[in-house]
Amino acid sequence: MSLHIQDLQATLEDGTEILKGVTLEIPKGEVHAIMGPNGSGKSTLSKVIAGHEGYVVTGGSVTIDGEDIEEMSIDERSRAGIFLAFQYPAEVPGVSNANFIRAALQARLPKGEEIDAVAYYKNLYAKMDLLEMDRKFTARAVNEGFSGGEKKRNEILQMMMLEPQYCILDETDSGLDIDALKIVAKGVNAMRSPDRGMLLITHYQRLLDYIKPDHVHVMAEGRIVRSGGPELAHELEKHGYDFLKEAAMA
Amino acid sequence: MTTTAPQTPAVFPAWFAARQHDAWERYLATPAPKRGDETWRFSNLKQLNFEGFTRGAGVSPTADLVARSTGLEKTAAKFVFINEELVHSETNLPQGVICLPLAVALVSHSDLVAAHFMKQETRLGSAKFAAWHEASVSNGLFVHTGDHIEVEGTIEVHHWISGANTVIFPHTLVVTGKSSKVRVIDIFRSEDDISPGLAIAFNDLSAGQYSQLDYVAVQALNEVTRIIQINETSTARDASAKGFILNTGASWARNECLSRLEGPGSRSDMLSVSVPAREQEYDQRTFQHHVSEGAYSDLLYKNSLYDNSKTIFSGLIFVDKNAHHTDAYQTCRNLLMSDTCEANSMPGLEINADQVKCSHGSTSSQIHDEEIFYLQARGIDPVSARQLIARGFSVEVVERLNDVATEEFVLSFIDDKFAHIDTGGA
Repeated sequence: MSLHIQDLQATLEDGTEILKGVTLEIPKGEVHAIMGPNGSGKSTLSKVIAGHEGYVVTGGSVTIDGEDIEEMSIDERSRAGIFLAFQYPAEVPGVSNANFIRAALQARLPKGEEIDAVAYYKNLYAKMDLLEMDRKFTARAVNEGFSGGEKKRNEILQMMMLEPQYCILDETDSGLDIDALKIVAKGVNAMRSPDRGMLLITHYQRLLDYIKPDHVHVMAEGRIVRSGGPELAHELEKHGYDFLKEAAMA
Repeated sequence: MTTTAPQTPAVFPAWFAARQHDAWERYLATPAPKRGDETWRFSNLKQLNFEGFTRGAGVSPTADLVARSTGLEKTAAKFVFINEELVHSETNLPQGVICLPLAVALVSHSDLVAAHFMKQETRLGSAKFAAWHEASVSNGLFVHTGDHIEVEGTIEVHHWISGANTVIFPHTLVVTGKSSKVRVIDIFRSEDDISPGLAIAFNDLSAGQYSQLDYVAVQALNEVTRIIQINETSTARDASAKGFILNTGASWARNECLSRLEGPGSRSDMLSVSVPAREQEYDQRTFQHHVSEGAYSDLLYKNSLYDNSKTIFSGLIFVDKNAHHTDAYQTCRNLLMSDTCEANSMPGLEINADQVKCSHGSTSSQIHDEEIFYLQARGIDPVSARQLIARGFSVEVVERLNDVATEEFVLSFIDDKFAHIDTGGA
């Protein structure tokens, strides 16, 4: 049972190659981290897995628990258990957070079945308490006027509510101060489970001080160039990405 | 156009008969709008052929329409008109509030009606149709609150058009006394989906000193019916008037809204949500007239356009030379939900005073792919995602009603409209 990315190749619509054959397997129960310099293709990888239509998959495959997701639409992938926490979450004016998350949960129910509102709010408030989010966030429009930290917390809240099988967190640490980072990490750590695989995408090692990964991969120029244990993150922190490029060329 | 003079019922007062007679003369003498008229720029003048429409001949069985006149759970008063004839009423109003069918008020409170009935000049293009309305109107609602009376809840008025080729002339006249408060909601609907109809509607709102007057018009007529709705609002010192128009129905709707800020410190909020689809056309003209100093007006119109629909917005903020310290804002936003819809906006500003804060603007945009991606990435299908965003776009205006029950009622019409848009704009 895993999220399995096999020799994944993708281009922009204009044909520019971004992913040049990424192979990665994230079994349930494990937390993997992908690190890499800007432009290495980390964010593209997350969007391609989620099904973003701005990219063309030119080779390879992505399967979840053995099922190929290539033919699935974005929303079908989400309902199949993939969750992408966005680096830059969109704002949705006029749609309250509570209604938005409710609509997302409702989309997972069979037609005609309605969410139990009382249980829903109880669950929502419990998750918000854990993320130290003020109750007023339920009534506020999704991400509108939110600070960077509030947006990231809101992403984790959605992840906690939707209980996906595979979570991909794209630069979740960017724009967070230490206190916010700790809260976000607390939420993510609370989601760690033998039934869930996680992929953290980050530029810096500091996120990994709070969310300890089982495996660390380094991405450069559209490929995974090195994989290892948590110590790899420290190595990168110490030597920087130039060290890796040199190693790759050697 | 019709050429037979309407007959003023003998029971109505002489002043009213004279007004109707004069109005008919004016109607005949006023030329029809023509191409090149600034107030009809971008308009489809073919929509102004009203040949063949007649007053509803009698009222068909009413029980069904009364039962269908569902609205707010709790109302301060409720009236149901079919083809201008009152068929149902219930009131639970405090003493000091006059709330009567116009046909009754014209007899029982003739002087009071005369003091407020159609006092302003119709200047946004429909002078001819306002004259037609004035010459023809025979019923509607008259509301007058005494001083220091706050009406809890809403006065709800249902206007039904029944029968093919029926024209109605509904009139709502609301006058608030000093430091009083009232909310009135007009709901325009057709008995069925296939009978062409026409409504030439007029609402007069006069907000007295320190009072608060909220008015909501829900236009959900069938899509073979046309409507001209003229709204004229005046605000006395420190009064606050709020006018909200929802357009979901009709094949063609023309709204002319004029707010005259007569008293210093007064406020006028002019709000509208329109959700045209298929071949529907909504043509909206507004005028924020700042007469007095220190007044505030804020206009927010939002249109979500689907399919081949079309909207026109033309708004003018006009600040008289003595209206110093005016705050006036005007915003029209169009959300284009198809590649074949058409939104025309003509914001305008004319300032003749000093120390004013004014802004006006208009935007047209589509939903960004990244927004849809975000919602889809949460498992929401693209059609629902687009509707959620379009609904949210409208909610921002609806929330300014500041009354949960009224907001939910208005949103129920918006949701019903979304449910009847086949494409979902996708």
